Amino acid sequence: MREFKVTPIRNGTVIDHINSGQALNVLRILGINEHNVDSTVSLLMHVPSKKTGWKDVVKVEDRELDKQTVDKIALISPKATIDIIRDFNVAEKYQVRLSPRIRNLVHCGNPNCITNKCEPVAPEFDVENHDPPMLRCIYCDRTLEDISGNLI
Amino acid sequence: MNFENMDVVSIRDFTRDQIEEILDKSRAMLPYAKGEKVSRALEGKILGNLFFEPSTRTRLSFESAANRLGARVIDVSQTSTTSIVKGETLADTIRMVEAYSDVIVLRHPHEGAARLAAHFSKKPVINAGDGAGSHPTQTLLDLFTIQEEMGGIEGNNVTILGDLKYGRTAHSLAEALTVFGAKLTFVAPETLQMPKDTVDQVKKLGGDPTITSDIEGVIADTDVLYITRIQKERFPDPAEYQKVAGTYRVDREMLREAKKDMIVMHPLPRIDEIAPEVDSTAHAKYFQQAFNGIPVRMALLTSVLGVEF
Ligand SMILES: Nc1ncnc2c1ncn2[C@@H]1O[C@H](COP(=O)(O)OP(=O)(O)OP(=O)(O)O)[C@@H](O)[C@H]1O
Ligand SMILES: [Mg+2]
Ligand SMILES: [Zn+2]
Repeated sequence: MREFKVTPIRNGTVIDHINSGQALNVLRILGINEHNVDSTVSLLMHVPSKKTGWKDVVKVEDRELDKQTVDKIALISPKATIDIIRDFNVAEKYQVRLSPRIRNLVHCGNPNCITNKCEPVAPEFDVENHDPPMLRCIYCDRTLEDISGNLI
Repeated sequence: MNFENMDVVSIRDFTRDQIEEILDKSRAMLPYAKGEKVSRALEGKILGNLFFEPSTRTRLSFESAANRLGARVIDVSQTSTTSIVKGETLADTIRMVEAYSDVIVLRHPHEGAARLAAHFSKKPVINAGDGAGSHPTQTLLDLFTIQEEMGGIEGNNVTILGDLKYGRTAHSLAEALTVFGAKLTFVAPETLQMPKDTVDQVKKLGGDPTITSDIEGVIADTDVLYITRIQKERFPDPAEYQKVAGTYRVDREMLREAKKDMIVMHPLPRIDEIAPEVDSTAHAKYFQQAFNGIPVRMALLTSVLGVEF
């Protein structure tokens, strides 16, 4: 069975196996809106996954992702796969993976945390669990409840 | 072990062995803390007290500890208030105090402030409380008190009573006591019980805490009764506060059920949690506990300043 019909991309990135419902957050992480792209962006929401249940997929033409961006995607979709498309084929494929300590990806959710008080430091977290992600602020020691709502 | 230049931000930064060494050093400090012996071990050193919140007790106990060992104390809190109000960052203030002193003691209203200060300062930073965050010297003096009064920590039934939800000192204490093999009971009204995060942490460390709202049911088995403050502000309804405060008030009546050698601890200041009539009983150890802040802080200061004692 063909999963779906979308315009194939010549060069670009497919972000596959996104947690169902997180595609729009992935677009937000990519910084994509209707005014700032002039190549194809396809968004698939709630499509059956061969692996488990439902997934979202985002395909962006003429773009490869830097490490920061991939790490942010890992925060909201730890099972996501990054497929780099070159000349219509999957040239590279890898699984997102968080480093044990992440910096400057999310704000601390604790309003009284020193990192939310105009100090010259980037928020930093220890990754205590990958899936589901569990982050602990290295400053105030609190765990972050709402990750997608605090993405930088 | 070498503690020189170590920051004391959270009790979790210490291994069990390191804590034991600090407790041993604290014991060695006792005669000096009481003024029975005199030492100038920290002569020539300067401690910078940087308090962004009033906390007379903690500030004075660091000052006393430093003075007992011949160090000088500068209180940056007062002189720097103006620049702080003008909006200087903590990162900048810390680098100024760092230039004036050999060790910085920080009390700050925001959680994580001490970790930030430690980041910016090459001189050791001791956390004297950051917001609702940790207060490691309190935990150390609590451990020291139990060790001294009970002859050890392991195997004791420690009942922690009061506001366990918001009182971060209770959280660090629970974790540290578990590392030392104490058996824990958490007594609080349901709305103020120990948060899941801490209970999970205690279990991960091998503990199996009893969780209850009934002090009467556990008092007879308790070796150490640790009471924390129940803050009025936490209750939307003053009547509810009165009820809770009344239920958990420790008085002679409650202590009738207790073991003879059970000790009662409290970080002070107390409001209504312990009736004054308890003070004259052999159970009351909270003033001793407060005094223990001195030898423990003396031990920490010599350790992080790398001074042999
Ligand atoms: N040229 C292309 N244009 C758009 N999407 C593509 C293109 N080539 C591959 N894809 C998409 O990239 C993803 C990965 O392709 P691949 O052929 O590796 O599938 P797969 O074997 O199902 O991989 P996986 O095991 O990661 O699910 C699929 O979602 C596929 O639809
Ligand atoms: Mg597939
Ligand atoms: Zn934080």
